[in-house]
Amino acid sequence: MSRIDRIFARDAKVLVAYLCVGDPSVEESVELARTCLRAGADVLELGVPFSDPTADGPVIARASQRAIANGGGLAATLRAARAIRAEAPDAGIVLFGYYNPLFVRGEARAAAEAAEAGVDALLVVDLPLEDGAALRKAAFERGVGTVPLLAPTSRADRVAATRQIAAGGGVPFVYYVSVTGVTGTAALQAGEAGARASELKAQIGRPVVVGFGIDSRDKARAAARQADGVVVGTALVRAIQQGPTPAARRAAVENLIRELRAGADEARTC
Amino acid sequence: MQQSSAPGAAPVAGYFGPFGGRFVAETLVPALDELARARETIVATEAFQAEWRGLLANYVGRPTPLGEAKRLARAIDPTGRSLARLWLKREDLCHTGAHKINNALGQVLLAKKMGKTRVIAETGAGQHGVATATACALFGLPCEVYMGSEDVARQAPNVGRMRLLGAKVVPVDSGSKTLKDAMNDALRDWVTHVQSTYYCIGSAAGPHPYPELVAEFQTVIGVEARAQALLAQGALPDAVVACIGGGSNAIGIFRPFLSDAGVALFGVEAAGEGIATGRHAATLGQGRVGVLHGSKSYVLCDDGGQVLEAHSISAGLDYPGVGPEHSWLKDNGRASYLSATDDEALAAVALVARTEGILVALETAHAFARVGDVARLLAAKLGRPVSVVVGLSGRGDKDLATLLARLLPDSSPGGGAS
Repeated sequence: MSRIDRIFARDAKVLVAYLCVGDPSVEESVELARTCLRAGADVLELGVPFSDPTADGPVIARASQRAIANGGGLAATLRAARAIRAEAPDAGIVLFGYYNPLFVRGEARAAAEAAEAGVDALLVVDLPLEDGAALRKAAFERGVGTVPLLAPTSRADRVAATRQIAAGGGVPFVYYVSVTGVTGTAALQAGEAGARASELKAQIGRPVVVGFGIDSRDKARAAARQADGVVVGTALVRAIQQGPTPAARRAAVENLIRELRAGADEARTC
Repeated sequence: MQQSSAPGAAPVAGYFGPFGGRFVAETLVPALDELARARETIVATEAFQAEWRGLLANYVGRPTPLGEAKRLARAIDPTGRSLARLWLKREDLCHTGAHKINNALGQVLLAKKMGKTRVIAETGAGQHGVATATACALFGLPCEVYMGSEDVARQAPNVGRMRLLGAKVVPVDSGSKTLKDAMNDALRDWVTHVQSTYYCIGSAAGPHPYPELVAEFQTVIGVEARAQALLAQGALPDAVVACIGGGSNAIGIFRPFLSDAGVALFGVEAAGEGIATGRHAATLGQGRVGVLHGSKSYVLCDDGGQVLEAHSISAGLDYPGVGPEHSWLKDNGRASYLSATDDEALAAVALVARTEGILVALETAHAFARVGDVARLLAAKLGRPVSVVVGLSGRGDKDLATLLARLLPDSSPGGGAS
């Protein structure tokens, strides 16, 4: 059983927190990751900032540009992962990003470095199943999982292909992109998204989390009622961006994560 | 490994050698599947081909001429020892002033047949934006064009044309504020409105099936040029030269010559302020294999995989990526890729204008800047003067502000040069 498998096996909804590593600095991202874990996040998505984040809305796109300007990138994100893993042996760590930084590094080398840094799984937003076989294999051989994505536009053929790949192992969970759009979209119908996540879980046989648009206790509760977990990304990045000092940013992150944790916990009991 | 042999894990169609593919968010995969099916069930039909070719004949004005450029040839090679005959494939004479309309009409017609109710596009120089706006006006579809704010400023006439044609121009302020960023925002729009919206990509780039679809619509250039050259000089040309940004006009003119081993193919990229300065857009010459905007191809990016800002005086070539088929033609040796600087392109605009009476686009001028080198190279190899076809991809009216400032710096806005 992998580390993330154990997290999903607990009797609680899973809270996943996305950080754009390098915004406002790589060191502070590590500090904010600690804060997330302390406040109740179970899994960290450590975002590798990319110059052309076409699946992201303006909040994360701008954070990515700031992070790159501050020395962020694949190497810095792996450094952050190593630092977090040293202190948090049980936390789930997902390396989250776009394909080009991994491809340019070399898939085998990137997978090996991820394993060495204590990363549990890779999530590559612009690498659909068909073109991702080589990276999946490179990761799997080094004990690193890969997280497939499904979207509201995904029909039965995509779900079936995901199920086939998950059956081969190395898929700790599935990320359901709950909105047809980019990250940070406000239009989320959290309850419907959670219901769809539950259907997908039944079809694929792996835990399914809901991402895109989870920004409040209410939405976390509504989505987590039927999903295995929820992801917070844009709301967290925005909270960090709006904090004027490191202490204010830590406090904002802590408050938001505690709110979402409470929402996810309420989903279990209602 | 079980997972790599599982159904659904096989590589998709749409590769040119190791290049191409479909590197997009999962949300867009079903839309690309739908488009790939439509290519087979709609574009390939006789009815569609007849309708599109009818538009090319009676709306665009095809076939475009293949004209001989005698004065330019003598200006480039006064002795005539290397350049025997120079032919210009006149895509500037297409309705809207560039080859882009061939593809835009094909794709917007397809959008209509697919039942899409809205069209979006990205544009650099504005030629593809104008072409898409034109096609949308013709078919009565709403059109939004994403354009980098730097390009909005330097290609103002085309912005005005798009607006007059009823399109909405959306300036993009992120990143380098040029074509790359326009394409990022177009992709974000598409992922949000994918059910209703058709994304009309202007270059032979992007995720499968776009590179193939765009190349198919642009191949009409090369098919005509090949037949016209045979008719005009009784033989195929020794070389074809075209400029390359994403590479749609080049792939369109190259493709029908690919199996003619005696025809050398040359693409000319933008060397900007000079390769050594780092401020250029010579993706094939200086880039590395990477993934940008949905396909694996050569890309200008750093060791960390971050895409670099390109630079060119020509908005249409100012792009750090290139279509995957060109990457394959480079690696398999079938085509050669050269570059020309901003200054060389400007000089070529002036030379072609004064010798042939044709004001070419800054993009196109890059191809003219290397014609002399190509002719000398081939003449030395073959031991005789050679004939060359240049893809004259577009006209230069849109560049007037840049051209006047750089070529006639003493001219006042209202007056001519002394």
